Amino acid sequence: MKHKLAPQQYAILLAVILTAAVGDTFLSHGMAQVGSVDLNHLGLLIPALKNVWVFAGIVLLVGFFSSYLTALSWADLTFIQPASSLTYVVVAFLSYFWLHEHISVARWTGILLIVCGVGFVAQGPALTERKVEPGVVPGETAQEIIKAQP
Amino acid sequence: MTLTGYGLHIWASIVMVAATAIAGDTLTAHAMKNIGDLDEIRAKSGLGGAILAVISEPTFVLGFFCMAVSFFSLLFALAPPAPVSLIAPATGSVTYLGNAVVARIFLHENVDRRRWVSAALVCVGVWLISK
Repeated sequence: MKHKLAPQQYAILLAVILTAAVGDTFLSHGMAQVGSVDLNHLGLLIPALKNVWVFAGIVLLVGFFSSYLTALSWADLTFIQPASSLTYVVVAFLSYFWLHEHISVARWTGILLIVCGVGFVAQGPALTERKVEPGVVPGETAQEIIKAQP
Repeated sequence: MTLTGYGLHIWASIVMVAATAIAGDTLTAHAMKNIGDLDEIRAKSGLGGAILAVISEPTFVLGFFCMAVSFFSLLFALAPPAPVSLIAPATGSVTYLGNAVVARIFLHENVDRRRWVSAALVCVGVWLISK
């Protein structure tokens, strides 16, 4: 049987893409206000946390990691990785329309290739089908199976 | 200097960042499959139960450590006067392709032609977008 995602699982994937993209853009916007920090003065990062954009960016990236882990619990890494690469596309659009950054032809080409790649993987199953031994219910732990024995 | 004009240490830093990123992604993915569907765990044991299930999984802790090493290696690799236009796209692209290879070997994922094509397209796309 081909493994298809439920609507709420698509919502989690959307959360992975949007939280990463918006989080990165917020961080970029906030760090532009804070100023440059080099490796010899990493202590300057602590006051940067007081910047509302930096703080919001970090909160969103925590949300990204949570939704990414949730997605990995029910889909293959080789499905989630290309699907979540749409983050690059959203970041590019946010940079163009909100931060008014220039997007070169090479970057637009990259965006197109990523969209094609995501289109390819999205047509296939999200999870590799595993052969289940007779009598073993998927998702049931060994302890639960032992307990269920008469 | 190598053929492309970049020193060996540049390529070594790219390999270091990508290898630790691939190890982190693979170990984390393996851990999450061991734990089971997080949505179901959260529905049964609440958010605290889901967090506990994740952080008490040793493979996750190892994967998270590898991700942290990759992140800080990238920070140091990108420090001036490093060629950012090479390091940023190269690490991103190699990580995408490497994940497909490692997931097939160690996670036994069914990486069919569709997923190879997808990984290759995203790999080139990430290269172009990161330059």
